[in-house]
Parts: sequence; structure tokens; C-alpha cells
Amino acid sequence: MSQRILIVDDEPNIVVSLEYLMKKEGFEIAVATDGESALRLAAEFLPDLVLLDVMMPKKSGFEVCEAIRADPKLGAVKIIMLTAKGRETEFAKGMALGADAYITKPFSTKDLVRQIKSLLA
Amino acid sequence: MLQAWVIVLASLAYLGILFAIAWYADRRADTGRSLIANPVVYALSLGVYCTTWTYYGSVGRAAANGIGFLPIYLGPTLLFALAGFILHKMIRVAKANRITSIADFVASRYGKSQLLGGLVTVIAVVGVIPYIALQLKAVSNSFAILTSYPQIIMPATAGAVPILQDSALYVAMILAVFTILFGTRHLDATERHEGMVAAIAVESVVKLIAFLAVGVFVVWGMHDGIGDIFARAAAAPEVARRLATADSPAAYGTWGTLVFLSLFAALLLPRQFQIAVVENVDVSHLRRAVWMFPLYLFLINLFVLPVALAGLLHFPAGTVDADTFVLTLPMAHQHEALALFVYIGGLSAATGMVIVETIALSTMVCNDLVMPLLLRLPMLGLAARADLSGLLLEIRRWAIAIILGLGYLYFRVAGEAYALVSIGLISFAAVAQFAPVVIGGLFWKGGTRDGALAGLAGGFALWTYTLLLPSFAKSGWLPDGFIAHGLFGIELLRPQHLFGLSGLDEITHCLVWSLLVNLGAYIGVSLQRVPNVREARQATLFVGGAEAAASPNWRGSAGVTDLLPLAGRFLGRERAEEAFSRHAQQRGLRSIQELPADARLVSFAETLLAGAIGSASARAMVASVVTEEPLGLDEVMNILDEASQVRAYTRELEQKSLELTRATTDLREANARLRELDRMKDDFISSVTHELRTPLTSIRAFSEMLHEDPRIDLPQRTRFLGIIVSEAVRLSRLINQILDLAKLESGRAEWTVAAVDVGEVIREAVESLTVLFAEKRVALELDVMEQGLTVVADRDRLMQVMVNLLSNALKFVPTDSGRVKVGAGATANEVRVSVTDNGPGIQAEDQEVIFDKFRQGSATTDVLTDKPQGTGLGLPISRQIIEYFNGRLWVESTPGAGARFVFTLPRQAGDNEPVPQGDARLQGAGLGEGAHNKLSRGVA
Repeated sequence: MSQRILIVDDEPNIVVSLEYLMKKEGFEIAVATDGESALRLAAEFLPDLVLLDVMMPKKSGFEVCEAIRADPKLGAVKIIMLTAKGRETEFAKGMALGADAYITKPFSTKDLVRQIKSLLA
Repeated sequence: MLQAWVIVLASLAYLGILFAIAWYADRRADTGRSLIANPVVYALSLGVYCTTWTYYGSVGRAAANGIGFLPIYLGPTLLFALAGFILHKMIRVAKANRITSIADFVASRYGKSQLLGGLVTVIAVVGVIPYIALQLKAVSNSFAILTSYPQIIMPATAGAVPILQDSALYVAMILAVFTILFGTRHLDATERHEGMVAAIAVESVVKLIAFLAVGVFVVWGMHDGIGDIFARAAAAPEVARRLATADSPAAYGTWGTLVFLSLFAALLLPRQFQIAVVENVDVSHLRRAVWMFPLYLFLINLFVLPVALAGLLHFPAGTVDADTFVLTLPMAHQHEALALFVYIGGLSAATGMVIVETIALSTMVCNDLVMPLLLRLPMLGLAARADLSGLLLEIRRWAIAIILGLGYLYFRVAGEAYALVSIGLISFAAVAQFAPVVIGGLFWKGGTRDGALAGLAGGFALWTYTLLLPSFAKSGWLPDGFIAHGLFGIELLRPQHLFGLSGLDEITHCLVWSLLVNLGAYIGVSLQRVPNVREARQATLFVGGAEAAASPNWRGSAGVTDLLPLAGRFLGRERAEEAFSRHAQQRGLRSIQELPADARLVSFAETLLAGAIGSASARAMVASVVTEEPLGLDEVMNILDEASQVRAYTRELEQKSLELTRATTDLREANARLRELDRMKDDFISSVTHELRTPLTSIRAFSEMLHEDPRIDLPQRTRFLGIIVSEAVRLSRLINQILDLAKLESGRAEWTVAAVDVGEVIREAVESLTVLFAEKRVALELDVMEQGLTVVADRDRLMQVMVNLLSNALKFVPTDSGRVKVGAGATANEVRVSVTDNGPGIQAEDQEVIFDKFRQGSATTDVLTDKPQGTGLGLPISRQIIEYFNGRLWVESTPGAGARFVFTLPRQAGDNEPVPQGDARLQGAGLGEGAHNKLSRGVA
């Protein structure tokens, strides 16, 4: 069974690119464009990994990350924070909230794929 | 038979003898063998205190109320016997500072203030004129009485005699001539008049002997000794009544007042100051004077009571003025020679007083009033004139003549209403005003120029109002209504019962009020500020005594070449050279030319000049040639030693420290503002970075995917490339807008301002967006007024705003069913444009937020494509533009019912197109009727 990835981002074009990229690698994909639907989908879809944007409407990526980590059913899910905010404090905050990796936009598609594979290995 | 010519001849002869004595004494002084360097002469010259007021007036007063005449002599007696140290200090200070008059003394003490010197002079002149009038009255009366010998006829009242037959006029003129001869033959650096002092001493002897002669004649010639007179007086009840001492509390009060008043008068009357202080040769002479002068006063009063009683017993009540008993008693007994001698004694008392008083006053008028004014008038060119000594003498001669003229005038105006004693007391009360500033100045360092001015002016004003003006009124020269009913009919302002104070005689009443105000103002105003450097320095000289005075107070220097001509201009060349060579000798130098240009020489020149023109003027003149050096450290320390100075500096430091604290607070606030700005800048950059990274992310991701996977099929490839292009466009638009906003915010934007027709701008903007609206199938409705929409603005910028608002509307309305309406109208003052859509609307809390940078309104739908497209800078930029042209931009919205963006701009001033009444033409109504109402309300 292929592994599942939940893409959470409010930028349609970025979603398009991530979707294409992940499908090509053989992952099963779900997409959320805001924090609230991300949490709902995480509970339904039960992804192995979440690609999580930080700046989103309704609930920020940090809040989503925190909520996922607080849910015991989602204990094993990996989280990669994917954000255009590149400051040190943001990085530290993401890691402190339980993210497994923190990647700044714009990212290298190769690096992203490598990172996802190593986390899911 | 005493004919008028005999009396006139005797008078002139007597004055001639006096003049000869003076001339001889001056000669002796010039040769260095002074006649007056003798304590006895000093003590006798002090007898100038006893004028005709004593000579004739004491008997008059004794006849009226017994020993009531005594306080006038108890005051000076107390002064010399008990308060000699005050005189001693005054003399030492005056000598050290070359003080020439009481005005000079006061001016010098309070920082060499010319204003103060002038004020003292004015008070002295005004105050002393009644006193001079009194002398004229006495001499002319005694002359008139004597000419009618052997009959005893009281002279006619002053005003009744035609002016040319008035002997007082001739007395005044003769005295003026003699005074001018005595006092203004030459100028002297010390303003001392040896000849005059010698003459005054002789006069003191003459009047004493004359009075004693009358006394002896009355007691032993007319009666059998003093016991006999008193026994007869006791037998006559009418007379005996006069022998009682003060018989009421008020009378005791009067006694106190008179003692007090005469004590000050003996110290502060210009002539007393002249004789006791200025003419003093040696301070040690005071030691003899402290008992000799009281003794003199005792002797001259010895026979006052017997003469008064004898007069009362001899003449039927009311027929003969008691003021004339001294003269009329010998006349009644046909003692021609004695009567003539008595007359000469009275003349002696009058001339002594008039000569010294007018010389002292003329010095003050010249040095402290006229010269400061003349030197200040540049058109006279006096400051540059070579020899001023002649001018100085001229001014003094005129001053003497004018003062005597004024005395005569007062005599004609007010003389008859008052007895001799009362006139004198008016003068005494005037000079008593000097007491606070003079005595305070000797013992209190805190007095300031302003305090002295306030005290003197206040005291003088009250003296004028409560004493001088009533004396005019009583003489009929002023309406006397204000005495009885007060000024302006206000009871409290009655001059002799001021503020309801009653139960006192007029002198005591005046003294209480004037000295209260004087002392209060002097101390009160002085305490307002710390003495400045100059006042503090003079305070040290006066209060500290002679030791302090020894230190030169000039920091600068000037050479003999500057100072000698300067001194020469005022003293005459010869005298100036003499003084300078004496100074050179004292310093062990052979000639004037060897004198070094130092502070000591400058101080010498200043004191020399001070003698001639007063200390305040001297300082100003010397300052004009002295180049002051900067303060040395020692001198700075000396100045700082003064407690007052330290206080002043402390205050200054406190001030500085306060300013620093304030500056620190300001800086701290500025720093906080900067931090806030810095934080805002960080946030901005962070936002900008985020906004730039987002399109870059898409561009990079798709580029990499296309680059790495050539097998991507064509439709997919085309789609990806399309995204790359649109994100690149978005990126460049973003960069442009950021730069644009930066320019707007920093004020560096360039504007092309002109009259713009808003309607035209709207139509153009709509046209440019027609295609986009058509693509999304959104209806666009226009309701724009044809005319009257002219504003002053930048056309391109307005277009930017319009396009932005229209794009926003387009972005948020649903495809197919979307509707956007543009309205434009005008009121009298402004043009109003609205863009209304039927999109999701904006939450109330977001309605301001959307005008912040990078804050786009959140869509109310989850649909992916509803994510707002744009930079989040369009509205902030639009608002900046509208506000730049003094307009407003805001949004009105009910969530779910669309949004309306509205902006207003001021109408162009010249745009006189008629604007229809009401809001009928205020177009651009919302889609729903409710929204329309809302707009209408907003405008009404």
C-alpha cells in the first residue's frame, strides 16, 4: 500500500506543483487549503506525512502541527513545515512544536523528495 | 532806630565775613594747612542741623506745648550717643568709595545704579524744598519784624505781598548768589568744601551765642532768674498748662515719632550727610563729635522754655506769633543791638542750612540726574567733549538757583498754612524714606537694586499722598475735598486716615504707612532674586567694610594716556595732573608717565572721577576706556566665595540638571519610537520576503520539474509554463508596488498635479478592465455625473486607485452572477466615488485591517480558487494616494451582502458647475436598497 501525504497550502499554484511532484513519486495525496480543513482531513485521511504551510487562513501551520501532535491517533505522522518565513525563530518554533523538518520556500524539489523519502523510510 | 538799609547792610556784611572765612580756609587747605582738620570744627559744623527752625521754631513749639520741642533734638542726641557705629561705618564706606552725596551712596551700594541715584535725588529735592522754604520764611519774617522797630507788627501773609516787594524773594536771590560763590568755585575730586565747612562752624558759634544772649537777657535781664520765670508761669494758669508733658497716649506716640524721625534726619538729610560724612576729614573726629554735638544741642535748647514762657507772659495772648519771641522780646525792651544780633543769629542759622543743603542737592542733581542724562544723549556729543569741568560747574550753579527758586515758590504757595516746625517735619518724613535702603544697605547683603527702587518709590508715593498733597490742599492750591472724603470719594483713601487708620497725628500717620510700604517693598522685592555679581560686589564693599574695599574691583587695565585726559575732562587738566602725580608719588614713582597700566590705576581714576561726577557715572566713563581682561581663576574663586553667588550657581546647576533629565526622557521616548519603527520595518521586510518567496516557490518548483522530467506531456507542460509566467508577472508587480509604496510613504513620490475630471478617469479605468470583466462574465454598471467632478490631483495616480478598486471588486465577485457598480457624484465641497460589488463582503473587524500592508481580506469560502490573488498592497497604496490629495478612502460592508469602497476628494475651487440639491445625484448606490440608504445617511 502506497504511503499517504497530506498537502496543506493556501497557494493554488504551489499545491499544483506539490501534488504533481508527490503523485509522480507514487504517494497517495490529499489537499487542504486552510488549517481547519487540514485537521479534518488529517483525521479522515490518516496521512503518513503532512507537508504543512505556515501562513494560512483560519489556522496557522503552527496550530495545525500542535493539534496533530496532541492527537494520539496521529502519533506516527511525520510533519514537514514548508514555509516562506525563513527566520531563525520560526524554524525553532516549528521544531519545538514537533515538526520533523523545516523547509523554506522556495525549495529544491529534489531535496524535498529526498527529505520525504528519508522520513518515511 | 533800625532802618531797612542798616539791616540789609549788616546782613551783607555778615555774609561777607563768612565768605572771607571760607576763602581763607580754602587758601589754607590749598597750602596743606587745613583749618578744619580739627574735631571741634567737625562737631561745630554738625550744628548745621540747627536751622531757623530751631532758632525761632523751638520757642514757638514750646509756647504751644511745653517741652514738646525736645524730641527733635533727642533723636540726633541718641544717634550720636548710642548709634555712633552706624555713622562710623557710613563714613568709612563713603571714604573708601569716594561717595559724594546720599544719592551717590545709595546708587553705589546697589550696583552703581544711575536710576537709583536719580530717584534718591528726586526724593531729596522734592522732600527738602519745604525745608528751604521754611528758612526763607523765617529770614523774611524776621527782617519784616525788625524793620518795623520799635513797633512789633506781625508780617503780612506770604501770598499777600506783591512778589517784587516780597523780602523773601530777595533773601532767596542773595542766598543763591552766596551759595554759588561758596560751593561752585571749582571742582574737587572729593567733593569737599573746606571753606564752606569753616564758615558753617563759625555760623554755628554765632547762632549759639546769639540764642544764649537772648536767653541770658530774658532770664536775668527781664526776670530774676529761671526760678522767677517758672514761678510766674505757674501762677498764670493759661501758661502753666503748657508745662505739662504729654497728656494723652497720642501725644506719647507723637513724641516717639519725632525722636525716630529726627534721628533719621540727622543722618540722612542731604546737608547732614554732606557735613557728617562727605566733609569729614578724619573718622577719628567722630569720637569727639559724639559728645560735643549733643552738648551743642543741649546748649542751644537751654533757654527755649524760659524764653517761651516769658513771651507768653509778656505778650497778650494771640498778638505776637510765638515763633518770633526770640526777636520780639528784645525789641519789646528796646534792645536794638541785641535785636539786630538775634536777627543775625537767625540769618546765620538760615544761611548755614541753605548753603549746605543746596550745595549737597546741586551735587546730587548734577551727578545723579543731569549728567547721566546728558552723557546718554549722543547728539550733544558730551561723551567726546574735551573739557567738561566748566559744564559741571554750570549745571550745579543752575541747580542751586532752581532749588532756591522752588523753595521760594513753596513758600509762596504753602508757607502760611503751617508753622515752622510742621514744614520741617514734612521734609524729615521725606528723607526718612532713605533709612531702609541706607541702613539696610550697610548691614544686609541681600538688598538688590530692584528692592531699593521699589522701597523708595513706594515710600515716596505714600509720603506725597499723605503729607505733601494735603499740605498743598490746606494752602488752597489743591481742592481739599480729597482730604475729607478720600480720592474719588473713597473713604478708605482719605490721605490722612488711610485705610481707616486714625488716632494719629498726620506725621505719625504718614510715617507708619510710608515706612511700612518702603521696608516691605525693599525686603520683599530684594528677596525675589539673588543679588547679581555687581550688587554682590558692592554689598561686600559696603557691608564688609574698609578691608573689602581695599581690593580693586577692576579686572581690566587702561594706561595713563587714556585715563588722564578722561579725568581732565571733568576735573580740568591741571587738577587731574596734580592728582595723578600725587598718585604716582604714593606709589614711589617719579612721574606720571611711569604709572603702569594696571587695575590699581584704573581704580584710582574711577574714585577720582567719582568725586566729581558720582560713582555710577564714573564707572560708566571709566568703563569706556578700560579693556577688561578675562577673569583669572583666583578671581573666579573669590567671586564664588560669596554665598549668594554659590546659590546662584547652584540654582543654575539645578536648572541644567533638570534640563538634562528632560532631554534624557525625550531621548528615551525617541529611542522607544525608533525601536517601534525598527520592529515595524522588520515585520515589513519579513512580510515582503514572504510575499516574494511565494511566487518564487512556484516558479522554482515548476521550472525544476520541467527541467528534470522531459517526458511531461504537452498539455501539462503548457499548463506549468503558464503558471511560471503568471507567477513571474505577479512577482514583478509585487516588486513594483513595494517600491511604489516605499516612495509614497517616504514622501519621495513624484506627483503631476493638475485639474482632473474624475468621470473621465473612471470611464478610462473601466474601459481598460472591460475584457477581464467580460471573461468572468461580471456585469459592470456606471452611474457617473457628466460634469462638476473636477478635482486637483495626479491623473495617473487616480487611475491607479480606480483600477485597483475595480480589480478588487472583480476578484471577489462570483463568476457569472457577479455585479459591480461604479457611482460618482458631488456635493458643494467634494467629489465622491464608490465601487460596489456583490461579493462575500468584509467582516466588520477586517474593514480597517485590509488597508494595512499585506493584509488581504479572507475569503469566506473554502473553494481553493477563492484564495485572494494580489499583493495586499493595492489598498494601502490607494489610501496613501487619496489622503495625499486630502481625501478619504474607506469601505462599507455587511458580510454576505457585498462591499462598497468609497473615496472622496475636495472639489476644485474654481469648479462652479451647479451641483443639484440633495443626494439625488449622489450616485453609485449599493446593490440593495438598504445599502443605498446607508450611503445616503453617510452623506447627509
